[in-house]
Amino acid sequence: MRQRLTPSGGLVGEAPFDIQLTRRLYRAMVFARTYDRKGMALQKQGRLATYAPFEGQEAAQIGAAAALEPNDWVVATYRDAALMWAQGYPWELLFAGRTGDERGGSPPEHVPVMPPSITVGGHMVHAVGLAWAEKLQGTDRIALTSFGDGATSEGDFHEAMNFAAVYEVGCIFLCQNNGWAISLPRERQTKSATIAEKAIAYGMPGIQVDGNDLFAVYEAVKEAADRARSGGGPTLIEAVTYRRGPHTTSDDPNRYRDPAEVEEWARRDPIERVRIYLSEHGAWDDEWQAAIEAEAQAEIDRAIELAESMPPLGPGEILDAMFETLPPHLEAQRRELVEGLR
Amino acid sequence: MPETMTYAAALRAAMRLLLSQDERVFLAGEDIGVYGGAFGVTDGLVAEFGEERVRDTPISEEAIVGLAVGAAITGMRPIVEMQFSDFVANAMDPLVNQAAKLHFMYGGNVTVPMIVRAPGGGGTGAAAQHSQSLEAWFAHVPGLKVVLPATPQDVHDLLLAAYLDPNPVVFLEHKLLYKTEGPVELRSRAEDTPARIGEAKVLREGTDLTIAAYSIMTPRALEAADGLASAGIEAEVIDLRTVQPLDIDTVRASVKKTGRLLVTHEAPQPVGVGAEVVAGVCESDALDYLLAPVARVCGQPVPMPYARELERAVIPQVEDVEAAAKELVNA
Repeated sequence: MRQRLTPSGGLVGEAPFDIQLTRRLYRAMVFARTYDRKGMALQKQGRLATYAPFEGQEAAQIGAAAALEPNDWVVATYRDAALMWAQGYPWELLFAGRTGDERGGSPPEHVPVMPPSITVGGHMVHAVGLAWAEKLQGTDRIALTSFGDGATSEGDFHEAMNFAAVYEVGCIFLCQNNGWAISLPRERQTKSATIAEKAIAYGMPGIQVDGNDLFAVYEAVKEAADRARSGGGPTLIEAVTYRRGPHTTSDDPNRYRDPAEVEEWARRDPIERVRIYLSEHGAWDDEWQAAIEAEAQAEIDRAIELAESMPPLGPGEILDAMFETLPPHLEAQRRELVEGLR
Repeated sequence: MPETMTYAAALRAAMRLLLSQDERVFLAGEDIGVYGGAFGVTDGLVAEFGEERVRDTPISEEAIVGLAVGAAITGMRPIVEMQFSDFVANAMDPLVNQAAKLHFMYGGNVTVPMIVRAPGGGGTGAAAQHSQSLEAWFAHVPGLKVVLPATPQDVHDLLLAAYLDPNPVVFLEHKLLYKTEGPVELRSRAEDTPARIGEAKVLREGTDLTIAAYSIMTPRALEAADGLASAGIEAEVIDLRTVQPLDIDTVRASVKKTGRLLVTHEAPQPVGVGAEVVAGVCESDALDYLLAPVARVCGQPVPMPYARELERAVIPQVEDVEAAAKELVNA
């Protein structure tokens, strides 16, 4: 397993980028955690529907996005808000989506991020389609698709990996192996010793990295992105991390896992190790920490306000997004509905 | 002596009975073991029967259903769970092209006695990919039987009936029914179940119109019938219970008595089970007894919205059934 930054902040080998970028990405991880904790809190207040927390997976997501170009596709899941945000998806739309507002699934035009997939694994297949189309069209855009350890058991994983390799498309498969698929632990999900080794059978490189290590994740994704962009085909990256929270707000992990395990992983926190590293390089102090925490809080509060102040959708709009052009029978239904409610 | 229990508990009791009665029975599905299933239906069964027979699986719907097909062919009696009925989309090949067809393709030499349980339906805020009512898909495939119990007693009895059936049965449970309560007489052997797949049940007698419902719409139809009664309208409520095979004779007999037909289901109206019920009535002499055009009160044909208000708006509610029934009677 590749590692560049140990849990205690020690550097292994060389840092993949400078202190300035490290500070920027540290700040991004602080923002992500602020969003995530706020998401859990808002759900408890009844202001969001079901919420799937990603606490503990910030380095895997922020590190991966940092290695992409701004117009690379990101096709991710319900647990990937930090990844999506880092590729341009606004916090307010991420919140709006979780309140049940379908407009949350509609990113600004220039943002190359698909709305989160709620079913497990299905999105990997169309990520390959995106990457394939970019290749056919001769662009240098690539696609990164993110999924969990559980998704590797779906048939979609096999078919997506196989197509991507056979057609040598520029698709990065980022598996955030967070140890648990709801109640099923990783070792009962697959008999493979690692998820990365599954790549061998498909004829693509597989890399296992410490998923809580910002540097290692960045480096692996950068290597995969460079290969993909230069026509070298897909890569499978297994980022070994941990789902510190429940599967979603509908879940109680105490029913199936030992709290000691959660404690142990808290000591391998992805943000703390970067803090120590920055601190040792004289690039972190309490004052800056307080400042970025305040900025994060303000930014997230602003996003919530924006999401909650979106004018409610009218009843007729429920039909508007079904087809590109509303067929006559639905047009008639829409008229009837709006008039009937007037 | 019946006892009051929830739909989920009555269903669990049926699985417990089958696991106790027949060692060929096993359960498999995602998070059905120590977690007890996404809706707690299998809660405690792994402790009673062990991990071999209450099997947590990787996230592999196709493999779960394929496993059941293979096991059923050897004579085992698999009862497998799709965590949400929507996920059966991943398992359509083993279900539709294998389970439903193997008996036919092997000239009757192979039977596939398996049950695929799947929670469906909306109203839980679970949005477009976790809220569908897909019974029409399965009902359209020759070789599958499709059961949608509405009450705790029926979910108990019909699971036992599904076990006794030597064919693949798709057993669809509405998520909002799991916590509903009712009197249940627990059977001590599967063979004691009085329920038969393909038999509807008249739950309320009436003279003014027939309401044919199933699954979550059955309790809603009964509630609507109470409201109608206070307006002087006596509705006869039929719980179809299974939609493949469909007990059209019970509906026809009722229509001959009442002269009016309203069909209701949560699944989208176009090409739904309701259309089949209406056609079945029109293809018989019951047509001559109709005093008014038939009515359907069904789900709106849109992906299930995440927003609570919109979700409620696209799912037929008690008041929708009541209003449509009044219109029908007063037409």
